[in-house]
Amino acid sequence: MSGVLVVLEQKSGSWNRMSFEALAAGQKLAADLGVACSAAVVGAAESIASLAQELADKKLETVWAVGHPLLARYTADGWCGALQQLIAEAKPQYVVLPHTYQVRDFAPALATRLKQVLISDVTAIHDGPIFVRQWMQGKLNADYRHSSEGVCFVSVQAGTFRADAVEAGSAEVKSFAPQLDAAQIRTTPGEPFREAAQTVDLTAAPVIVSVGRGIGEQDNLAIVEELAQALGAELAASRPICDNGWLPMERQVGSSGQTVAPKLYLAVGISGAIQHLVGMKGAKTIIAINKDPDAPIFEIADIGVVGDLFEIVPALTKAIKQ
Amino acid sequence: MKILVAIKQVPERDAQIRVGADGRSIDENDAAWTINEPDAYALEEALQLKEREGVGEVVVVCAGPERAASTLREALAKGADRAIHIVTEDEGAESLSARDTLGVAALLADAAKGESPDLILTGLQSDDLGAGQTGVVLAELLGMPHATLIMHVERTATGLKVKRELEDGWFQHVEMPLPALLTIQSGGNRLRYATLMGIKKAKSKETRTVDAGAATAAVAEIVKVYPPERVKRTEMLTGSADEIAAKIVEKLKFEVKVL
Repeated sequence: MSGVLVVLEQKSGSWNRMSFEALAAGQKLAADLGVACSAAVVGAAESIASLAQELADKKLETVWAVGHPLLARYTADGWCGALQQLIAEAKPQYVVLPHTYQVRDFAPALATRLKQVLISDVTAIHDGPIFVRQWMQGKLNADYRHSSEGVCFVSVQAGTFRADAVEAGSAEVKSFAPQLDAAQIRTTPGEPFREAAQTVDLTAAPVIVSVGRGIGEQDNLAIVEELAQALGAELAASRPICDNGWLPMERQVGSSGQTVAPKLYLAVGISGAIQHLVGMKGAKTIIAINKDPDAPIFEIADIGVVGDLFEIVPALTKAIKQ
Repeated sequence: MKILVAIKQVPERDAQIRVGADGRSIDENDAAWTINEPDAYALEEALQLKEREGVGEVVVVCAGPERAASTLREALAKGADRAIHIVTEDEGAESLSARDTLGVAALLADAAKGESPDLILTGLQSDDLGAGQTGVVLAELLGMPHATLIMHVERTATGLKVKRELEDGWFQHVEMPLPALLTIQSGGNRLRYATLMGIKKAKSKETRTVDAGAATAAVAEIVKVYPPERVKRTEMLTGSADEIAAKIVEKLKFEVKVL
């Protein structure tokens, strides 16, 4: 067993944008260990052929085009079956994946089949290798080591590695046809769909005032709405606010909502769980108001205020209006 | 339908979190504990499924030390019919935190085998360690099909039809036979509170305790836990609310230039 295998993600012949972040992570891990890096793309043979070819000019040993008619649509059973066979063939020491919703769905099962544990949502890889994960929604870091002879599965957090750091080179593209049987695939996936058309486009807003759990209850939203109005800003929220039905889902920023990059993002009572941060860390200026000095939002804020939002927000609205 | 709900007890969200004395865990001494919020959504989905069908049983299972009993009691007060507490040591090699995902899922799998549930629900991830794997690993250990990030569950003639959340506001339906395991995403339902009547009734409900077996060696080993370094220099503003407001307005005018 040697080398690093990166499993890239595609849907209907298009890359998931996080695939190349995982590829950069895999190449770096391989370079640090002095071993070769390979990549795999999984799907129906005809829809992945050109994607695999796109990887031929990357610094990789082998590009595996893992094709089968039963892989035309994602299922956990299909992906686990195909990748388990590829791992038996390619014998990697490390398997690196992007920490997408799809990877969360199948990679823990794949690791279990090989009596391993996925070291998930990794934010850094240090010498050792040591894999860094976040605990307590980002309040603590934990260093993990893989302490087994078997293959080590790692998924990397969105935005941790830079897609443009992928090294160019040349790679041999190989087809791999796994043995799959329709009876092995126990779930029947439907076509992806969106709910009713989105009427709020937060991505175009230059200024966003966003509210989180710290607001406490729905009746308190008024003070944030007034601030947004005074600033001429769109009002947005983190997931718990929308889960509670206090604001519509279409105002949600984060991995399950919209991804925004405004000139100003003013986060009120948002602690900054990673699922929220991935949706807004591209903002030019981030101002955070939160009562908890250890809140992860202060990791990425340009300007921070530790204090009571119920005093600061109305004072700010008043000052803006003057 | 018999539904097993796997829940975890985690530190409260606003709790001050410190690193434990061994440098590899969370200091439990002054932590306050509660149900993992995604698991609360799993419990809610289970209770609503049972209410819709009018028949069935909701069994909650939790692996953890003695303190986890309070979280199980809360689940019983909300309407679960029975509870199973897999009791682990408070600390050391046999504690919950010394076991990796595979070790914890194996404990839950043993409990599940004795119950033969039609459906197992759990939250999509835990608020403390956030690995997001226990449910999927449990399904694999039990040989059940699974689906993750589920917003809604519907019974069909042949099994289940579920609504699965994808990224960026997309969804898909997935159909599967029973028995199956689902990890539940928040927001599909509103969480209920325990009523006084529920709390009273919970006292007469059964909680079975089973001893967790010996822990196997962790595959993913925790080396060190520490507060993250600040990567970005955040300019912290201090003063009275009015002073802070004036400073922010200054910045909005002259630096951010949005006023």
